[in-house]
Amino acid sequence: MFYREAGIFKTSYAADQALFRIPLDRLFVIGVVVAAIVVVPLISNEYWLGSIMIPVLILSIAALGLNILTGYCGQVSLGTGAFMAAGAYMAYKIATNFTWMPIPLVIVLGGLCAASIGLAFGLPSLRIKGFYLAVTTLAAQFFLLWLFQKVPWFVNNSASGVPTAPPRSVFGELVTGAEATPEARYLFVLAFTVVLAVIAGNLVRGRIGRTWMAIRDMDIAAELIGIRPLHTKLSAFAISSFYCGVSGALWSFCYINTVESSAFDIFRSFMILFMVIVGGLGSVLGSFLGAFFIFLLPIALNNVVTTFGLPIATETISHIEFMAFGGLIVFFLIVEPHGLARLWQIAKEKLRLWPFPY
Amino acid sequence: MAEAENVRAEPSAQTRVFGEPVLTLENIELGFGGVKAIDNVSFEVRKGEVLAIIGPNGAGKSSMLNCINGFYKPQSGSITFKGRKLPGMDPHFAAANGVARTFQNIALFRGMSTLDNLMTGRVLKMNRNFLWQALYWGPAQREEIEHRAYVEKVIDFLEIQAIRRTPVGRLPYGLQKRVELGRALAMEPEILLLDEPMAGMNVEEKQDMSRFVLEVNEEFGTTIVLIEHDMGVVMDISDRVVVLDYGRKIADGTPDEVRANQHVIDAYLGVAHD
Ligand SMILES: Nc1ncnc2c1ncn2[C@@H]1O[C@H](COP(=O)(O)OP(=O)(O)OP(=O)(O)O)[C@@H](O)[C@H]1O
Ligand SMILES: [Mg+2]
Repeated sequence: MFYREAGIFKTSYAADQALFRIPLDRLFVIGVVVAAIVVVPLISNEYWLGSIMIPVLILSIAALGLNILTGYCGQVSLGTGAFMAAGAYMAYKIATNFTWMPIPLVIVLGGLCAASIGLAFGLPSLRIKGFYLAVTTLAAQFFLLWLFQKVPWFVNNSASGVPTAPPRSVFGELVTGAEATPEARYLFVLAFTVVLAVIAGNLVRGRIGRTWMAIRDMDIAAELIGIRPLHTKLSAFAISSFYCGVSGALWSFCYINTVESSAFDIFRSFMILFMVIVGGLGSVLGSFLGAFFIFLLPIALNNVVTTFGLPIATETISHIEFMAFGGLIVFFLIVEPHGLARLWQIAKEKLRLWPFPY
Repeated sequence: MAEAENVRAEPSAQTRVFGEPVLTLENIELGFGGVKAIDNVSFEVRKGEVLAIIGPNGAGKSSMLNCINGFYKPQSGSITFKGRKLPGMDPHFAAANGVARTFQNIALFRGMSTLDNLMTGRVLKMNRNFLWQALYWGPAQREEIEHRAYVEKVIDFLEIQAIRRTPVGRLPYGLQKRVELGRALAMEPEILLLDEPMAGMNVEEKQDMSRFVLEVNEEFGTTIVLIEHDMGVVMDISDRVVVLDYGRKIADGTPDEVRANQHVIDAYLGVAHD
């Protein structure tokens, strides 16, 4: 009864089209963001910030990107890791060649490079769909990683092949590289996450989002309405790859502090795909829920085992992890394709009626 | 003028006078492998009329609509539209020039709400660029609101206010058909192509649908081309009827003329061919 939709009347279309149509939702999300900015850095120790919050937020950005492509536009991709790598390597090239450039711009440019590469690999989507498209993106995954590994130019001929991320500051505070404090890196990543999430929310409720969903749901009808399939799919590939590229650049600059292809291998692609499936295809919120869930599940399992001192070998835990993932993916694909986001929605619907059964 | 008004007021308003042809199809041929779906068919669609295309199953009616809005390209023949004589229509050209349609097997965007389905019909009329959309502010927001206002008019007209936010996949069949009509109307079409808009409906739903079709035609002057199997409906609402059988046109005229046509009677009673 506290959470309600009824009785909230909109007096303008602007209000009815707002990002969060229910005031309580809006308050809740603003609360979460404020908490993320103020409370989290205060209460978290170095481990929580540096090893959990930062990577989860960065992966959420990639999940948002893949969700735009797969969840909203219906184009399956297994090349997420490669587009992340493209962002990371290009951001590295730009940062080291134009040392004067502000780091936010470097990250954005890295994203744009990934977007143009995504555009190129999106071209086959006009002709091929579903499984076969997934295979082409898989080709992108292997080809791009191979390229980044083999061509020394991408790493400025570094001897080890794994250069460290250059330290850069915003407002005089180091935000990238190993020397930066976890708080600074966290806030830097958070800023990107919030801005990109708002942009994603705006895009999917506007014209471009509707063209993506139209192509996803019924491409023939979409074409006869005047939507150009190629434009639409390519825009989804480009924007999705932009998100992945930014995510990859942040991963290298603010989390692992090195630029290396092994961080963006096929397992990364699958991880992001699982996040999107479990979180909810076609949901911005779902991208976050999925990222948190998939990233935290193994950690939670480990913690349970250690806190209760269960006599389980480490390998067994990782087997359990795999089984849990497998089970979850099957569950969500079959039972609840809209993922955690949908479960959240159902919970809200229940809450709306609570404490009355009807 | 006064006379025309009189004629329209009469119950059998089948002698309404119509403007020039807005769409002319000449010698259209379309085949799939060995099957001739359309065999040398010519007819014209006149401004402001309700034209029915009828014929037995597999006669080539849907294929005809598919040629008109560019989903199929005829192997030969021509389509004259907007002063251009084309060997076949381009779907984007058709949509951009006011040709909208509904499908025999509902082709809605199932994962989207009724409102979003209708808003999708406005896509070609919206042109704020990507960056504005990403901000959803200023011109982009004004544009959304402006088009939302139009879509709300369509929603009111079709009396589907209650299902505005429902994903269309969850709606019953009859309502889905109505939403599909709404999506086509949101395009502000000059020519509306309806492929069996009343198939599978009960009598009440058919009456509603007929009313909507006629109101669209009268209030907005929209030209309507519809395929329908229910002869009662066809005779009631159409100004002119084109009859197809085995891909060929066997009659073309007012409902009364067509009803009296021997070929049509044969086709419907199933007289053996040749
Ligand atoms: N895409 C296609 N591929 C192959 N054959 C087709 C195709 N579309 C139509 N046909 C064939 O063309 C012929 C005409 O089909 P069409 O769908 O136009 O008939 P119709 O008059 O709409 O019939 P109905 O009343 O059953 O809807 C049929 O024989 C059909 O099998
Ligand atoms: Mg048909």
